[in-house]
Amino acid sequence: MSEVKPDLVDVQIDGVWHQFPKGTRLIEACRQAGVEVPHYCYHPKLTSPGNCRMCLVETGMPPRPAPGAESPQPDESGHLPISWIPRPVIACANTVAPNMGVRTTGPITEGCREGVMELLLANHPLDCPICDQAGECSLQEYSVEHGKGESRFREQKVKKPKNVDVGPRVRLDDERCIMCSRCIRFTDEIADDPVLGFTDRGSHTVLTVYPGRELANNYSLNTVDICPVGALTSNDFRFQMRVWFMRQTDTIDVNCATGCNVTVFSRQNKIYRVVPRQNNDVNSDWMPDSHRLSFHWIDSDARLTEPMVKENGKHRVATWGEAIAKTVEKLTSLSGSEIAVIASARMTNEELLMVNRLVKQLGAGHVEIVPRMGEADGYLISADRNPNTNGVKLILGLEKPGSALERVKSGIEQGRIKALLCLQENLVEDGGFSGELLGKLDFLLATHPHANPTTGIADVVLPGACWAEKSGTMINVTGRLQRLNKAVDAPGETLESWEIVRDLIQALGGGNGIYSAMDLFKQLAAEVPEFKGLSWGQIGDLGLPLIETGETIPALEREKERKAAGLIVG
Amino acid sequence: MLAVPQDLEAEIDERITHYPVSKRSAVLPVLHHLQHHFGYISEQAVEWTAAKLGLEPIKVLEVVTFYPGFRQEAPGKYHIRVCRTLSCAMAGSYELMESLCDKTGIDRSGVTHHHPIAISADGKYSIEFAECLASCGFGPVCMVNDDFHEAVTDVDGLLKQYP
Amino acid sequence: MGAITYKRGREPHGKEHRVIFRNIDREGWDASIGTYLKEGGYEQLKKALKMERAAITEEVKKSGLRGRGGAGFPCGVKWGFIPPSNTKPVYLICNADESEPGTFKDRYILHQDPHQLVEGMAIACFAVGAKLAYIYIREEFPEAAKIVEKAIAEAHEKGFLGKDIQGSGFDLEIYVHRGAGAYICGEETGLIESLEGKRPYPRIKPPYFPAAMGLYLCPTIVNNVETLCHVKHIIEMGGEEYAKTGTKNNTGTRILCVSGDVQKPGYFEVEVGKVTMGEVINDLCGGLKPGRELKAVIPGGSSAKVLRADEIYTVGRGDDARKLTIWDIPMDFDTLAACGSMAGSGGVIIMDDSRSMSWVLNNLNNFYAHESCGQCTPCREGSLWMKKITDRIVAGKASPADIDTLYGVAKNIDGRTICAFGEACSWPTESFVEKFRDELIGDTKPELEGALVNAETLTAAASL
Repeated sequence: MSEVKPDLVDVQIDGVWHQFPKGTRLIEACRQAGVEVPHYCYHPKLTSPGNCRMCLVETGMPPRPAPGAESPQPDESGHLPISWIPRPVIACANTVAPNMGVRTTGPITEGCREGVMELLLANHPLDCPICDQAGECSLQEYSVEHGKGESRFREQKVKKPKNVDVGPRVRLDDERCIMCSRCIRFTDEIADDPVLGFTDRGSHTVLTVYPGRELANNYSLNTVDICPVGALTSNDFRFQMRVWFMRQTDTIDVNCATGCNVTVFSRQNKIYRVVPRQNNDVNSDWMPDSHRLSFHWIDSDARLTEPMVKENGKHRVATWGEAIAKTVEKLTSLSGSEIAVIASARMTNEELLMVNRLVKQLGAGHVEIVPRMGEADGYLISADRNPNTNGVKLILGLEKPGSALERVKSGIEQGRIKALLCLQENLVEDGGFSGELLGKLDFLLATHPHANPTTGIADVVLPGACWAEKSGTMINVTGRLQRLNKAVDAPGETLESWEIVRDLIQALGGGNGIYSAMDLFKQLAAEVPEFKGLSWGQIGDLGLPLIETGETIPALEREKERKAAGLIVG
Repeated sequence: MLAVPQDLEAEIDERITHYPVSKRSAVLPVLHHLQHHFGYISEQAVEWTAAKLGLEPIKVLEVVTFYPGFRQEAPGKYHIRVCRTLSCAMAGSYELMESLCDKTGIDRSGVTHHHPIAISADGKYSIEFAECLASCGFGPVCMVNDDFHEAVTDVDGLLKQYP
Repeated sequence: MGAITYKRGREPHGKEHRVIFRNIDREGWDASIGTYLKEGGYEQLKKALKMERAAITEEVKKSGLRGRGGAGFPCGVKWGFIPPSNTKPVYLICNADESEPGTFKDRYILHQDPHQLVEGMAIACFAVGAKLAYIYIREEFPEAAKIVEKAIAEAHEKGFLGKDIQGSGFDLEIYVHRGAGAYICGEETGLIESLEGKRPYPRIKPPYFPAAMGLYLCPTIVNNVETLCHVKHIIEMGGEEYAKTGTKNNTGTRILCVSGDVQKPGYFEVEVGKVTMGEVINDLCGGLKPGRELKAVIPGGSSAKVLRADEIYTVGRGDDARKLTIWDIPMDFDTLAACGSMAGSGGVIIMDDSRSMSWVLNNLNNFYAHESCGQCTPCREGSLWMKKITDRIVAGKASPADIDTLYGVAKNIDGRTICAFGEACSWPTESFVEKFRDELIGDTKPELEGALVNAETLTAAASL
């Protein structure tokens, strides 16, 4: 018998003994033992109603001897024999008990799964060919794994509402709904916007949004993610692309300092959707709609694809060499104090490292970023809408990023600043710089993914990659170091910012070599104390805590409370 | 907004005090009072109840639509519920239903799961099948509004009580 | 106290043993507290209030009283499930949602002897330490709700409810809560959800065992009307004395509600296990209808498995084993269970040879399809499926293979749902197919085997 710790219980799963902490749900115990128990209604972040019955398993306990009878004796491994119970139990809500046995195979468990599958499909429309969920539908998956392959159902199916707009972004097909209630629990328990409910009863039960109300909260699309079937679909994604054609890239959201972990779904360099990816230290399983849908901006008509230089008041396409040479020519004619660099807190740490080197190379008198402060939403959206302000603080050494922006403006106004390098920002629209002010500069370089009023004024315009087109690291609001991974190729001749800055430095006679973002990370680890000793691989898909900021993420704090109260697994 | 008379609201408020732990518990009693007064539960009644108890209206609608005891459409002046379940059926409740429809001129051909109630053209009578009314030894039984009738054989006599 | 006389035509049968129904249909009896007090009303409450709380539970345990709502669980044991370390308020709920088809006993207690219930409840509340209790009365008993509310008000006035009852320091409020026509509210956790103002979806157990996490997640005892009435008599007689009525492990009296094909259906209070099915049919109910033969009996409410009239039942084990005809079956919890059915809620439905078993099963399947709450998959999908199959059998549109499907669907529900409704809705189908397979097959048409019964099957693909 393995060493007994007071808070651990021995449980046999499919013939093998394991140890789990007391209170572990059977479904989680099985998962930890490498056995997936099929389920629909269970979600570790929501309360467990136990309604789908898909996770029924056979269990057993040591036999209870009749009064006076001999107690059962432990076997060589120290475990008592198991007396198997004919009535199956749900693995989602029952917890482990000492010397318990669980069978995820065998006639009882398999019979339950076959039975539940047949019943779930009885009134299901089986419209898989045109269902958006196809390819990622639990009904389909479990049909293959646990179904019988045929149905005995020959009756008229129950008719229910179809193609219902439950909100601006979510659509409902009630006939596909299996009444697992995940979406209702999400809106009740997580989003605090209880507009969904079940009406009618029995087989006629329908998921309903209250008449005149909408599922319109900024977390509504999470209901689509957790819907195990095709009942709730995203207006934005529906009918756009079959899921099996798409490539998945794990990366992070850059719309605020939280840095929600996401998976980007793309095909042939086009992004079709972004969905949250579980990270219990960042965004749990959720993300705001506003952030997940922001990817559409990447593909806009205003996308820059080639370097441009201004001649006679007009932009013309140039080669990278030409554009860089023109920039360097101008910069070398000025003293460092006459040059300002505006970087972006949307840049990765690696890009910021290069910016820092550029600033040093130029001896630039000013370096600043454009702050983006808004209201925190009390869930996942941070007040800081920049994703890497903490990186800016560490790497550019700015104590209060954005605070010196006014000094840059007055410097231009007073003619002390003659050249400005605007990297990945739109100073006119986001930085409060007027076109007139920028017109006073002798030289303006602007890099950005899109044409905008700032690039319109710039003497040299360089196409810079956006977040989905590059790899690197960022530090979120809580001080967590996270990895951004390239999901799609940038269009045309677009380069990542670190490449642009590297080329500038090189042309200015500075550092040599061609780096990858990963190489740059090694240099960060060597140069910036907080990064000391870290490797790219160590960061992993879920990131790691880098610095203490004292900040918390409200949605996670509430999740911790619910977990501590035993309401959810977490 | 629903026009709830003052005395009815006072009655409802008193009823709510029976649930000192959670006002939500008063959903059923509030709805009963409203249905008793208005004849059915309208959308406004759902919202009035929700506002009264500090609930999201969907939570009230969920309850209203679950219970067959709540109607979402106006019934006739006399609402008849005929027990349909086994013992009464053995005692002739289907025949009773037929006879009642016949004599009140109610056409039940449009009855569906979602519209269980049929109403006579003059709006005087409405009728529906109910499941077991718990008087199985004395079937067929029916209820007319809140009145209970056992072993109903004289349909004319029954209807005469509800002119 | 003079001899009790009953209303003409409603006199108890000689084989009855009236305790709970002592005052039902009684001449000169009414529901008022004055009448109740004249016959020693609330004396048992006064007596109980002077007892140790644990001693009351102990008496109930000794009495062997088993729940009269359907499951037959020992009442004292149920009370004992309240965790000893509990610091939360305790609630007691009287389940007066009487809705199991074939059962019609609580109605008469509520209408004619409400104080018996109030007294029983008050004693039970004192025993378990509940200061707030509800009587959940089904919506279809509007008159009963009024009568019970009046009784509560009267008891309040006389100091049997409210603050410091009879100077004992014990406070208790009882309120009536009316249901709204849902059978599932008879399930105790469904009832609790309903009382919390939610859809009455039964709760998963574990963790929501009512005695530990019931109403408002506090310890809650849910007892049937008849069960709570017995508590009063247990206090009066003492647990041991009470246990002498009825039979071993099936103590006391219970009310049998007989309906269907007998001469004089009705309610009969008998000592548990002291009368046989034959006595129920032939003596209490005056026999079958002229010229008819017994075909089947559902002995404990519609969810109980059907018993076939010509079957021989073996009960007991080893040396105690004996063979019984349906007529010999004593009406108690254990024997009916041994016969493969259950005493349930005491609703006995008698069917003679004029009845089509397909029709009977279809009627029941209609009931269960209508009453399934729809929370969990097997029952939600299966109850309606079974109804649809039996609809076709009755309409002559089924094939023999449909009988196997019907049985298979029932088996896929049984034992796999959150609450006992899964069994309640599948047992009728299982037992009717097991016992009357030939008759059901006789109502089907072999030529319909594999025939298209659902045009949807053809058009489904086209409508995509």
